[in-house]
Amino acid sequence: MKDFIIPEFAPGDDRDMGTPARSGMPVALTIDGFEVTVPEGTSVMRAAMIAGITVPKLCASDNLEAFGSCRLCVVEIEGRRGTPASCTTPVMEGMVVHTQSAKIRKLRKGVMELYISDHPLDCLTCSANGDCELQDTAGQVGLRDVRYTPGDNHFDPSGTGARSQAEAKLRGGHDNPQFIPKDNSNPYFTYDPSKCIVCSRCVRACDEVQGTFALTIEGRGFDSRVSAGTSADDFFSSDCVSCGACVQACPTATLQEKSVAELGTPTRSVITTCAYCGVGCSFKAEMNGDQLVRMVPYKHGKANRGHSCVKGRFAYGYAAHQDRILKPMIREAIEDPWREVEWDEALAFAADRMRGIQERHGRRAVGVITSSRCTNEETYLVQKLTRAVFLNNNTDTCARVCHSPTGYGLGKTFGTSAGTQDFDSVEQTDVVLIIGANPTDGHPVFASRLKKRLRQGAKLIVVDPRRTDIVRSAHVEASHHLPLRPGTNVAVISAMAHVIVTEGLMDEAYIRDRCDWDEFQHYAEFIADPRHAPEATEALTGVPASELRAAARLFATGGNGAIYYGLGVTEHSQGSTTVMAIANLAMLTGNIGRPGVGVNPLRGQNNVQGACDMGSFPHELPGYRHVKMPDVRAIFENAWGVEIDPEPGLRIPNMLDAAVEGTFKGLYCQGEDILQSDPDTHHVAAGLAAMECVIVHDLFLNETANYAHVFLPGSSFLEKDGTFTNAERRINRVRKVMAPRNGYEDWEITQLLANAMGAGWHYTHPSQIMDEIAATTPSFAGVSYERLEELGSVQWPCNEAAPTGTPLMHVDGFQSGRGHFVITEYIPTDERTGPRFPLLLTTGRILSQYNVGAQTRRTENTAWHGQDVLEIHPHDAETRGINDGDWVRLASRAGETTLMVTLTERVAPGVVYTTFHHPATQANVVTTDFSDWATNCPEYKVTAVQVSPSNGPSDWQESYNAQAERSRRILSAAE
Amino acid sequence: MLNQAPAPTADEIRDVVTPLTALEGPLLPMLHAIQAEWGHVPQAAVPVLADVLNLGLAEVHGVISFYHDFRDHPAGRHILKICRAEACQSMGGAAMAAGVLDRLGVDWHGTTPDGAVTVEPVYCLGLCACAPAAMLDGQLMGRVDGDRLVSALEAAR
Repeated sequence: MKDFIIPEFAPGDDRDMGTPARSGMPVALTIDGFEVTVPEGTSVMRAAMIAGITVPKLCASDNLEAFGSCRLCVVEIEGRRGTPASCTTPVMEGMVVHTQSAKIRKLRKGVMELYISDHPLDCLTCSANGDCELQDTAGQVGLRDVRYTPGDNHFDPSGTGARSQAEAKLRGGHDNPQFIPKDNSNPYFTYDPSKCIVCSRCVRACDEVQGTFALTIEGRGFDSRVSAGTSADDFFSSDCVSCGACVQACPTATLQEKSVAELGTPTRSVITTCAYCGVGCSFKAEMNGDQLVRMVPYKHGKANRGHSCVKGRFAYGYAAHQDRILKPMIREAIEDPWREVEWDEALAFAADRMRGIQERHGRRAVGVITSSRCTNEETYLVQKLTRAVFLNNNTDTCARVCHSPTGYGLGKTFGTSAGTQDFDSVEQTDVVLIIGANPTDGHPVFASRLKKRLRQGAKLIVVDPRRTDIVRSAHVEASHHLPLRPGTNVAVISAMAHVIVTEGLMDEAYIRDRCDWDEFQHYAEFIADPRHAPEATEALTGVPASELRAAARLFATGGNGAIYYGLGVTEHSQGSTTVMAIANLAMLTGNIGRPGVGVNPLRGQNNVQGACDMGSFPHELPGYRHVKMPDVRAIFENAWGVEIDPEPGLRIPNMLDAAVEGTFKGLYCQGEDILQSDPDTHHVAAGLAAMECVIVHDLFLNETANYAHVFLPGSSFLEKDGTFTNAERRINRVRKVMAPRNGYEDWEITQLLANAMGAGWHYTHPSQIMDEIAATTPSFAGVSYERLEELGSVQWPCNEAAPTGTPLMHVDGFQSGRGHFVITEYIPTDERTGPRFPLLLTTGRILSQYNVGAQTRRTENTAWHGQDVLEIHPHDAETRGINDGDWVRLASRAGETTLMVTLTERVAPGVVYTTFHHPATQANVVTTDFSDWATNCPEYKVTAVQVSPSNGPSDWQESYNAQAERSRRILSAAE
Repeated sequence: MLNQAPAPTADEIRDVVTPLTALEGPLLPMLHAIQAEWGHVPQAAVPVLADVLNLGLAEVHGVISFYHDFRDHPAGRHILKICRAEACQSMGGAAMAAGVLDRLGVDWHGTTPDGAVTVEPVYCLGLCACAPAAMLDGQLMGRVDGDRLVSALEAAR
C-alpha cells in the first residue's frame, strides 16, 4: 500500500496534475486500492495523480480551475450514483474511488469516439505528432475504431467525406461550409479550427492565467469554435497579447507554435532563465540538437509559476539574426571601416590601447560599464577588471539610468537596496498601490499575477500621468487613478502621508515597535504641515484633493498594502526622494515584513538587481559596501592580490563629461547601448567621440559601436552558464543550451581581455566565479551552483542565518535595526514648461519591444510596434493643427527629433508620451541632462517640449544616420 | 414594431444600455434592450457593452453568438418562427415548414425581398400538445398548416 502525504515534487516532475493545488486539512481516501492523503478541496483527479494514477482527461489542466466538460475523467465512487467527473469532484474522508471498470472504459471509449468523429486522422503528418494530448488520451482509452460514417464536420475542406485532410487534398474541392481555414495572422503561432475539440482550455488560460480575455467560444453546440476577439477579428487584430498561454494549454495542434511546425517536436529540454525584464521567468528551452525549437515557461519557476509573455516565450530569434556579429573587429579611428580580425589580435589591440592610455593619462583615465543583461558572474568579472587590473573604481552600470535611486532610497530607510517581497506575496495583498509603473507592458507576467489577485477582489490605486491598461481593462478597474503632472511624485506621495498622519490612520504600534520613534515624530511634524495637504498641492500636481484623500484612506485602512513602483518613480530629479517617500508610506502604515505587503521596485532588466549587487557602482564593492571602508577593501585585496583604489570612481555621466574635457580616454562597455539609452544623445556622442579606445562587447553593432574602436562579439543567454538575479532578489540559473556562436561565453571574453593586460585569471567555469562572490560577499555566502541545483533558485540574503534564502525581508525587524523615516522635501525639477516648450514629455515602454530594441527589433515582434509613436491629447493636437498619424517635430531645450503622432485621451492635456525602442526616433536626443540629486539617475520622465507639424526627419536624424551608416562598414578579413 | 431604422451610433447604444448597469447580470438585459430598440444587435454594440461592463470584446461576442435570437442584422417587419423540435416534427412540422419557405421564396433566417417577413427556426415553443406550432410577431399559433400561416402573414402585411 502506498501512502502519500502531500508530497514534494522532484525537480523535473512536470506532470500535469489536472487541477490546481489546494491547501486545507488532510483528507484520506482510497483510489484503486491505494490510500492517499491530500488537502481538503483537492479534486479526485489530482488525488489520483498524486497517488501515481493517471485519469484520462482533455479539458483539465493544473493551471486552470476544473471545468468538467470533456467527460473523459469520469470515475466510479462507492456509494454514489453515476459516474462523476473526477476533476470537479472534491475528495471526502474515506471515499473509495475506482478509476477503471468495464463501465468506465466503455463510457470513455464512447466519448473519445465522438471527439474523433470530428477530428482529422492525420496524426503522422500533424505538427503536434508526439506532443498531442488527444492522441495520448485516445491511446489510453484504447480507441480502436470510429464507427460513425462521415457527416457534418469541421475538418474536411473538400466536403466529400474524407476522413483525413491528406485524403481531402487528393479529392480536391471546397464544399464544406463548416471548414474554417487556418489563421496565420500571429507571427509566432497558428490557429487551426479544423483540429479544435472545443475543450475551452485556451479561453480559460487567456482569462484565468493571462487575464486578457481575448478569446471566447463563438456559437453553440456543433457550431462552437474558438474565436479571438469578435467575428471581425483574427488573432492579430484581437486583444491577444501573444503571451502563449493558450498555445501551451491547447491539447492538440489547434494552437501551435510555427517553430514546431517548421522544425519538428523537440527532443530535449534545458531549464534556464529569460533574459528580458526583471521578473526573471524560468523557461524550458526545448531543443533538437543545438537547434532551439521553442521556449516554454517552466511550471515550477518560482517567479512566473508557469506563465510567460510574448518576449520570453517567442522573441528569441535575435540570437540567430543575420545582424549578429560573430568575429572580433578593430579599427584605428571611428571614421575607418571595421576590420575583422582573430581574437588574439583584437584583444592585443584593445589591451595595448588601454595600457597606453593609462601610461599617458594616468590609471584613472579608463573605465568599464557593466551590463544588466549579462550574468552575475560576468558583471562581477567586469568590475573586477577595473578594480584589479585597471586599478581604479571607474565602473558603472545601466542601473545608473534606471534604479540607482532605489538602491539609495531603500538603503537609507530600510537598510537594504532591494525589494522586500517575493512575487508570490501579491497573492495575499489587499490594496495594491502602483506608482510610475506600467506592469502590463513592462512586467507582463507579474501583471498577470497581479490581475488575478485584483479579480479576486483586491483594490488598486494607480499613480501615473497616463491612463495605463491596468487602470481599466477587462475585469480590472482601479479604485483610484491619480493622474499627476510628471515630476510631482514627491508632492503626491507626501500628500498621501499627510492625510494618513493628520487623520490618525498610521499604524502607531508598528512604528513604535519597528522604527526610530524620534525620527518618526520629527517626520510627522514635517508631513503634518498644511503645505503638504492634498488641497494645497492640488494646483501643482493636478490630482484632485478628494480623490487623493480617498486613495490615502484606502491604502491605510484596506488591509495588506503593497507598493509596486517603476522607473516613473526613479527617473526624476527627485527619484531618490520619491523612493524614500514610498518607504515612509509603507512604514507609516505598517506594511513591511509579512506576506502581501512591502515595497517592490519592478526592475527593468533581467539582471539589473544582480549588476547592482555585484559592485558595479563606482563607490561600492560587491554587496553594497563602500569602497572607502578599509576592512571591505581588505577582503578583496586578499582575494585578488592587488591594492584597491580607495577613491570612488566615475559615474557614467561623469565619464562622459571627463571624456569631453579630455581626462577620460578609454571605456570597456559590455552589453549596453549608452548612446541610445542614456539621456542627451548629443552629449553622449561627443563624449564617446572624444575617447581614444572604446571597446564595445555586444551581440550587435549597436549605436554605441558607431563610436567604438574594438568590437568584441558577445554570446546570447542561450550560449552561456551563469546566474541572473531578478527583482525579488531571486538568483536563477542560466544554462547553456548551445555552444556560443561567437566562440566564447562573455565571461571568458572578459577574462581574455584581463589576461591580455596581464591579469593571470584562470576561471574555467562560472561556478568558480560564484564561489569567489560567496567567499567575499556576506549576503551571498550560502550561494553555490550545488545549492541552486538543489533548490531551483534562492533569494539573497543566503548565508548561515538563512541557508535557503530570504523570500521576505525585514520580517522580525529592519535589516538596519530600526526603520528610518526620512524628511522628503519636494524640490521641483529645474526642467520647467514655458512659452517655447509648453508640454511635458514622459517616456516609457510597450509590451512587444524591449528597451533600445536591439533584440526585439530583430524579431517578429516588430509586427506589433514597428516605430515609436508620440501620444498626444486631442486638445493639444487640435490647437497645433495636428491630425492622427501626422509626422511631427518634437523639440526640447536639448534637441529635436521627428516621429509619428497618435491622438489619445490616455495622456492628460499638457502631457505627451513616447517610447524609445527605435534608433531612428532617438527620443533621447530630446531628453535633458537633469538628474536625480543623489544618484545622477537621469530625468527621462520629465522634459519640457513643443510639438509642431513636420514634413521629414530632423537635421540631427539625417546626419546621425549618415554617420551610423559610415561607421558600420565592415571590411572582411580577406580584403 | 420592429423596424429598419439606420444603424445606431455608439452613443445611442450607450444611452439605451446605461440605465441597466445596476442590474445583476446586466449583459443579457442590455442585449434584449438593444434588440428591442433596433431589431438586431449591431456589431457596434460589442465595444460599447465591453466598455460599459468592463468585459473583453471576445466575451461579449461569445455571449451574443451563443443565443440564436440575437440577430446581427435587421430582420423583416414581421418575424415568423416555426418550431422544428421533436413533437412538431412528428406532426409533419418539417414538411409544413418547407412548404411555407417555398411559398415565401426564402431559406431559414431569410427575409422576403419586400422586407416584410423573416422566417426563423425555433426549437420548442412549449406548445407540443398543439403541434405543429409557430409564432408570428410574438403571437403563438397552434396546430398550424401552411395555408393558415401564409394567410396570417397576408393579414399582417
